[in-house]
Amino acid sequence: MELQLAPILPEIVLLAAACVVLVVDLFLPDAKRHVSYWLTQLALLGTAWLVLATASQDPVRAFGNMVVDDMVADLLILFSLVAVSLSLFYGRHYLVARGLFRGELFVLLMFAALGMMVMISASHFLTLYLGLELMSLSTYALVALHRDQAAPAEAAMKYFVLGAMASGLFLYGVSMIYGATGALDVDLVMQATMAGAGNRTLLVFGLVFVLSGIAFKLGVVPYHMWIPDVYHGAPTPITLVIGTATKLAAFALTLRVLARALAGIEFDWQGMLIVLSLLSMVLGNVIAIAQTNIKRMLAYSTIANMGYMLLGFLAADAAGLSAALFYAVTYVITSLASFGIVLLLTREGFEADSLDDYRGLNQRSPWWAFMMLLVMFSLAGVPPTVGFYAKFAVFEAAINAQFLWLTVLAVLTSVIGAFYYLRIVKLMYFDEPVDRSPLEANGDARALLSVNGLALLALGILPQPLMGLCAIALAQSQFH
Amino acid sequence: MTPYLSLSVWVPVVAGLAVLAIGRDRDAGIARWIALAGAIAGFAVTLPLFFHFDTGTSAMQFVERSSWIPRFDIWYHLGVDGISVLFIVLNAFTTVLVVWSAWEVIQTRVAQYMAAFLIMSGLINGAFAALDAVLFYVFFEAMLIPMYLIIGVWGGPNRVYAAIKFFLYTLLGSLLMLVALIYLYGASDTFSFLEWYNLPLSLRTQVLLFVAFFLAFSVKVPMWPVHTWLPDAHVEAPTGGSVVLAAITLKIGGYGFVRFILPILPDASRYLSGFVIALSLIAVIYIGFVALVQADMKKLIAYSSISHMGFVTLGFFLFSPIGMAGGLAQMLSHGFVSAAMFLCVGVMYDRVHSRQIADYGGVVNTMPKFAAFMMLFAMANAGLPATSGFVGEFMVILAAVGVNFWLAVLAATTLVLGAAYTLWMYKRVIFGAVANEHVAGLTDLSSREFWLLATVAAAVLLMGVWPKPFLDVMNASVVDLLAHVAKSKL
Repeated sequence: MELQLAPILPEIVLLAAACVVLVVDLFLPDAKRHVSYWLTQLALLGTAWLVLATASQDPVRAFGNMVVDDMVADLLILFSLVAVSLSLFYGRHYLVARGLFRGELFVLLMFAALGMMVMISASHFLTLYLGLELMSLSTYALVALHRDQAAPAEAAMKYFVLGAMASGLFLYGVSMIYGATGALDVDLVMQATMAGAGNRTLLVFGLVFVLSGIAFKLGVVPYHMWIPDVYHGAPTPITLVIGTATKLAAFALTLRVLARALAGIEFDWQGMLIVLSLLSMVLGNVIAIAQTNIKRMLAYSTIANMGYMLLGFLAADAAGLSAALFYAVTYVITSLASFGIVLLLTREGFEADSLDDYRGLNQRSPWWAFMMLLVMFSLAGVPPTVGFYAKFAVFEAAINAQFLWLTVLAVLTSVIGAFYYLRIVKLMYFDEPVDRSPLEANGDARALLSVNGLALLALGILPQPLMGLCAIALAQSQFH
Repeated sequence: MTPYLSLSVWVPVVAGLAVLAIGRDRDAGIARWIALAGAIAGFAVTLPLFFHFDTGTSAMQFVERSSWIPRFDIWYHLGVDGISVLFIVLNAFTTVLVVWSAWEVIQTRVAQYMAAFLIMSGLINGAFAALDAVLFYVFFEAMLIPMYLIIGVWGGPNRVYAAIKFFLYTLLGSLLMLVALIYLYGASDTFSFLEWYNLPLSLRTQVLLFVAFFLAFSVKVPMWPVHTWLPDAHVEAPTGGSVVLAAITLKIGGYGFVRFILPILPDASRYLSGFVIALSLIAVIYIGFVALVQADMKKLIAYSSISHMGFVTLGFFLFSPIGMAGGLAQMLSHGFVSAAMFLCVGVMYDRVHSRQIADYGGVVNTMPKFAAFMMLFAMANAGLPATSGFVGEFMVILAAVGVNFWLAVLAATTLVLGAAYTLWMYKRVIFGAVANEHVAGLTDLSSREFWLLATVAAAVLLMGVWPKPFLDVMNASVVDLLAHVAKSKL
């Protein structure tokens, strides 16, 4: 059999680049650390370009269907890599100011990205698990990067213990699915479940464990405990990576496992997702109101947002999945901008993570206040920002799949959610500034963040290209 | 063909962005002049809509249609009929007033203030002109953002509470409407709501959809008992904010009734008409009494707005041509009169910095010109014949007599109550001896204020004396609308 390397060429390149940066960084004095930084950016963006360049018309399978290179994978990988790269761009001055601008950071980030890529393009439970672990272990270490401080160490510990347990649950569930169907290949499992073969009780038990692992990675209630602590404790650029890129990888995991491998027992996981989704929307939005730290508030907002995304997922048809994909992608774009602005306001010894730090931002800098306004209204789902179309699409899918009352509940929770987003706008526009220091971020970060923020508005006015792309990608990748 | 509707939406928005980009706080004059130019240009492009309007047809005119989001078959679809065209012109006219009225009054963040009003004006025009449900919804929701900022940034002491209450009330209603819109899309495969006029729906479905739409629009109107955001928002908002709220955004609620609820859900509308009429009468009578006891002028006018809007919904749910046209005429007239009343309060507030009736008295001695204008507007608010306020109220009462005599009697109490609360306030503020040194030190209208109020006064008198052009424009559409309401969809 011929060895097909083309589908995993981007992964190979990123791995090689990570090794190169690891070695090169050893020989660099601290003053030249920016060389590794730019090499990392080059590797991430080069890989992203390679993903685009090697994108094919039809799904390509390789290594005995261990990996698949389809459009959904390309799309998610592209956004993950860009998210990791932007996290570095936005966080550069933050990392420099805290002495975290070191070789470990770059290498670990690249390995995390590699893990995501493996996970996203996996078509086999073992490859999925491999990618999941590579990503998770790298992010545990990244959270702990600021090791001489208590909060990051605590966050990393919590993340690690809970994350390891979730991985264990996932793997245990996989073993049951293997027991029931005799296969680990996603497509073979799908054929078996569709045909109704295997011990159904065992299969549903396997589903419960696998879904617990997935729910942990997505951070939906009741597997959300780690999210606020990790978001809060981690250095903000790392929070940004966890809040964006890893969510996309977790989305791919959900898609491969639920919508494909276990498509045959759709009714079983639909019921579970209803509970997860509803709890996340309610708890996430209600608890977010009580937060005084913006990183914690955004953490609860993530929980709620994953609940809305699952709403599209549980519709379980082409429209629902593409709505969920669109939701995930737009959520990542919005999150990048939100944490980007948090990073923009930080400086040495100042985290800008208290809500009060946003008081009177409109008077300090109307432009960034406007960007944050766009982010907040996008998270609240108010047009003309892209967040509205994301919610619109999942609501449409859910109503179409006869989940009318669930949608009405979702709508009510999003009114609750609007309150705390409006409060940020209130602080920025209605209050007088407390802190009037100038902003320190680099020029490239400012330019990229402006583009990022305006993208929320531009996609809100013309959502069709991205929406259409999500639908085409799902159709090409043969989910339903 | 010139796309007048697109121009009426986008000229103010672009002007608003230009003000934001060019205007600086240090040199606010430039921002003011650009804003005024933008507002006047925005008004100018709506005039052809009125003068080239074909009154002989109920079909949509000036239609523009191009694909927007093919994924959900959503179109950028604009058009006006006799009902919506008047509100677009009214809105553009009000925007000019608002920009002009803020000239020297607003001194902080002038560019942002002007931009917020201009952008909102464009969005409101969009809501009136949209023929695609999602497009309508986008404009309907997006206009909350500038209004939220206007109340919160330039408002009074309790502005934060008022702004957030305003936003959340409206958002709750409108999100339920979004669910209803998506449901109708599922049932018809289109978001073009004119096609929903002929979509068969069971009574149960219609009633559920009615609840969703009714929440959205009754909050906006606002109807009793979901009116409580309005007095707060009005009291705290700057003068311009109050003017736009009362004159325009309340009308979108009324517009929603005639554009969505009545023709799409005719059976539910007839089935629940008693309920809506009861709520409307409570608004007219009970809120009228509430207005009577207010100590704050802005609050009094806010309650009077709710009471007047109760007349509008009453007129709609009588299902007669004269009641329907009366409701629409009442909306138009209220657009002028409430704007004028809020501008008058603004004139006094700018001088004394108080809205309490008790802080005034004998203003006529120091501000005779102002007193004369306010007299006219107070009379119009009370529904005096030959002012615009009379036309709508008279038509609705006439329609009510046709349905039930006692209904008409209850509705007609507004003539007494409206006169009581408006004229009593006028008496306490304007007449009598000079109450205190603040009033003694008042200066009469500046020439800007004089011409501002004179413009509105002309509109109030024109519509009162010669309402025919306005009624002619809406006539064909009203007849068509009633035909839809009369046709069962079961």
